[in-house]
Amino acid sequence: MLLSATRNSHKVAIPSTVRLMSTINMRRSMATATSNGTSSSTKATPSEDNISGDDVVTINLPKESFEGYMVEPPSLSYKTTKGELLQMYKDMVIIRRMEMACDALYKAKKIRGFCHLSVGQEAIAVGIENAITKMDSVITSYRCHGFTYMRGAPVKSVLAELMGRRAGVSHGKGGSMHLYTSGFYGGNGIVGGQVPLGTGLAFAHQYKNEDACSFTLYGDGASNQGQVFESFNMAKLWNLPVVFCCENNRYGMGTAASRSSATTEYYKRGQYIPGIKVNGMDVLSIYQASKFAKDWCVSGKGPLLLEYETYRYGGHSMSDPGTTYRTREEIQNMRSKNDPIAGLKMHLIDLGIATEAEVKAYDKSARKHVDEQVELADACAPPEAKLSILFEDVYVKGSETPTLRGRISEDTWDFQKGGFANRD
Amino acid sequence: MSFKVPFIKKVVQSGTTLTSPMRQSLPSRIISCRMASSKTTMTVRDALNSAMAEELDRDDDVFIIGEEVAQYNGAYKVTKGLLDRFGERRVVDTPITEYGFTGLAVGAALKGLKPIVEFMSFNFSMQAMDHIVNSAAKTHYMSGGTQKCQITFRGTNGSAVGVAAQHSQDYSAWYGSIPGLKVLVPYSAEDARGLLKAAIRDPNPVVFLENELLYGESFEVSEEALSPDFTLPYKAKVEREGKDVSIVTYTRNVQFSLEAAEILEKEHGISAEVINLRSIRPLDVEAIIKTVKKTNHLVTVESTFPSFGVGSEIVAQVMESDAFDYLDAPVKRVTGADVPTPYAKELEDFAFPDAPTIVRAVKDILSVE
Repeated sequence: MLLSATRNSHKVAIPSTVRLMSTINMRRSMATATSNGTSSSTKATPSEDNISGDDVVTINLPKESFEGYMVEPPSLSYKTTKGELLQMYKDMVIIRRMEMACDALYKAKKIRGFCHLSVGQEAIAVGIENAITKMDSVITSYRCHGFTYMRGAPVKSVLAELMGRRAGVSHGKGGSMHLYTSGFYGGNGIVGGQVPLGTGLAFAHQYKNEDACSFTLYGDGASNQGQVFESFNMAKLWNLPVVFCCENNRYGMGTAASRSSATTEYYKRGQYIPGIKVNGMDVLSIYQASKFAKDWCVSGKGPLLLEYETYRYGGHSMSDPGTTYRTREEIQNMRSKNDPIAGLKMHLIDLGIATEAEVKAYDKSARKHVDEQVELADACAPPEAKLSILFEDVYVKGSETPTLRGRISEDTWDFQKGGFANRD
Repeated sequence: MSFKVPFIKKVVQSGTTLTSPMRQSLPSRIISCRMASSKTTMTVRDALNSAMAEELDRDDDVFIIGEEVAQYNGAYKVTKGLLDRFGERRVVDTPITEYGFTGLAVGAALKGLKPIVEFMSFNFSMQAMDHIVNSAAKTHYMSGGTQKCQITFRGTNGSAVGVAAQHSQDYSAWYGSIPGLKVLVPYSAEDARGLLKAAIRDPNPVVFLENELLYGESFEVSEEALSPDFTLPYKAKVEREGKDVSIVTYTRNVQFSLEAAEILEKEHGISAEVINLRSIRPLDVEAIIKTVKKTNHLVTVESTFPSFGVGSEIVAQVMESDAFDYLDAPVKRVTGADVPTPYAKELEDFAFPDAPTIVRAVKDILSVE
């Protein structure tokens, strides 16, 4: 990818016992990890060898990571590679920087309208993407910038869209809530609307006999929508390969989950659909749960529901300070003790995958990358202020209605003519 | 697998001049539309059925989804025999959850399938309207042309008989206003075949408004219309030529307009031209302008509520075009009444257009007693 990891010079220094919580200052108990597949109870042999990206690491998650409903939760222990862990770190940092850039651009009035940031929730987009393939589908709500990036759109194209430029993923026609890219179906503005759509993506996967599934995300606020339950019903009835993912960030705009939901155990809401609650601030847990879910669906077991318990530091959108319905202490507490990026950073350092200095270098490199992409995006032109472009894309090219009307009849556009219908 | 061939009655009449005498509203009457040396007739129901069968046969991505479409053979039997022929994968029965299954079908379309969504009645589509408008119609635009949504929403629209207020509304004006949708309104069997096949092949979302009372009506169909590749352009058709007044209408109101035209000719010597719009969006404004320039008088007929309806749109279009200069009288609209549809027949008869009302409208603008 874009950041280079300099791994040549660091040493392996693996503790063989669980690091005590008090020394880390993390609210949750942390994952332990051993390298080269040895168990945590044995001492690992320190080695001066270079660590390669392919080096297998065994992750041991704390038992609070999952809670199962009608299903055995995934194993707390799994293997991954150091390269994958590094990649997840870089991905999260880029998303964080990108979202912070959006914040600045919005305040500079270069982004207009609605802008919903996912600062604090980065682990979800990253954990899921690393657990699935390009064959799988993802769909979510308007809090979609991170997902668009993870599904393959460059930062520049995401930012260009937010700034209404022609080079944006939707050519400037959609904006923040309507980002699309290959295998990513938005970016949806109507709360909960994406849930039946995502169920339909799964229907199509099944129809075409594909070994793929649909990750359909929605929030705690959307979870009460009738169409969500209609989707659950059809998914279970027809054994559709859909992973329903509730990103529970505790607030639906300004309404705390307990004020909107008769039950806040969102992973149980599927009733007849098995569910797993996941620590949504830990990318390692998300990765494991998402992988489990994908395997579940693709092996023909039908739908699964994941609830990612997460948190957004910012308000619902740029118009919401986010402090009128929750305390600053709560926000600060989550930021300092549960941050997904800081959490993974700690693991990278503890595993000897990277030193503090190297991590700082990745951070700097990510910031630089995003800054460059911001500049590139800002240099992109908006769509030309032409009616021909206004009328483009209402219908698929070549299948338009004969005309489309502008604000007055003189501005009626004739597609066959490629010009105005009523002017000469 | 057995496959029921749609009932086609061949009627051979060579060299006969076809007239269209006044008819009663009987279930299976034959309306002549054209002169031909050999005539095949087909009901609208069979026209729709055969159209869907051919499109399912032609393209594996096409499938039908809706309530009772499979095992029940269709609430109005429009999908009869299709489950037997094509199987459960292609003809899907849903729970009674319009919002959910419409969204599901739109999602499948986003991923490249080509669903045909049946609404048992478009009255139930209101529950699903967010997906028709916000998820289907607008997506190609919002995505800057990168995300297609090929889907057909079809079902009965408008009044039946005695089904009362919640089951009788006509949605042509509402859907007609949405950019990104196409809205088709077939009348005859040939319309039904050609327009439905075109709609299914159209890469855009199409709302296809049928009429329950037309399903059983038989119409002559041309040889051409029986071809599996027969499609119709979304353009109006002149059902009856005339020179004194233009009656512009669609769906079942074409039948009443043709009846009215007969009455006008026989009793008043008025020659009425009847235009079958076939399409609400795009609206064939060219055809409307042409007929107004020809007859200088215009009556529109629709079953929607009177306010903000299709007739209103036609009047506005005429006002804004050079056809305005050709009008010898203001345009007159015949619409549904401004009431939720009543149940008692005596009252329901006042709720929707019929031939006598259309005759009244024409006489009014022609200043005939």
